[in-house]
Amino acid sequence: MERVAFALIALIALGSALGLILKRNPIHGALFLVVNLGSVAALYLTLGAEFLAAAQVIVYAGAIMVLFVFAIMVLIPGKEETGPDPRRPLRWAALPAGALLLVQVLVILVGTRGPTPVGSPAPGGVEAIGRLLFTDYLFPFELTSVLLLAAMVGVLLLARRRT
Amino acid sequence: MVPESYYLALSAALFSIGVVGVIIRRNPLVMFMSIELMLNAANLAFVAFGHRLGSNDGQAVVFFVMAVAAAEVAVGLAIIVAIFRLRRRLSVDDLSLMRW
Repeated sequence: MERVAFALIALIALGSALGLILKRNPIHGALFLVVNLGSVAALYLTLGAEFLAAAQVIVYAGAIMVLFVFAIMVLIPGKEETGPDPRRPLRWAALPAGALLLVQVLVILVGTRGPTPVGSPAPGGVEAIGRLLFTDYLFPFELTSVLLLAAMVGVLLLARRRT
Repeated sequence: MVPESYYLALSAALFSIGVVGVIIRRNPLVMFMSIELMLNAANLAFVAFGHRLGSNDGQAVVFFVMAVAAAEVAVGLAIIVAIFRLRRRLSVDDLSLMRW
């Protein structure tokens, strides 16, 4: 039962990822990416990471993708990629290169033994994550706020109209 | 119970698709979305490893990756919009000013 669910979600994730890179219209690509992020959130749920699943939907599928769709609508692209590609031969080299990379990563990730699995999973849930974030990872957590502030100031500076 | 190696294989596949997307697409927005795809694949691997090790540290790291991704998207999209204002076109082939 779990394997069937995993196979179904994995198929959706792979198909939407392929749709993202193969569809010519960036809006279609963005919607495919939303589907992909949602399926990855479902995978988080199957791994017992409820907090991350919620954060994935809110932060990624919500905030980040809205920003993407907004930018796509503002820039009105889609006309740029319809003409003949000046570097078509180079594109066909991408497929074997990607396949080679996939094999390499698979050998590294799955082929090696990796850490020995621990029998009992950690007591997950939002409470454990929150406790971890505010004890062991307190400094990185505070740094995150500085990072977001820097990003905000940078965006305001970039978006300012030159006078 | 699904073994973690399945999750890792799926993560590797998603990452490779993201790399291919960055290579074959010329639209900076789509390249950006492919990078998001790669970040997500790495996140999935983090969570899978955390699940295997029985610790929550993987999830904490993914939380920080999400924060960095949000900042990166905001700045990156602002840069793309600024370039578009300057050039009125949207293709990375035009942006060869800093090419060696």
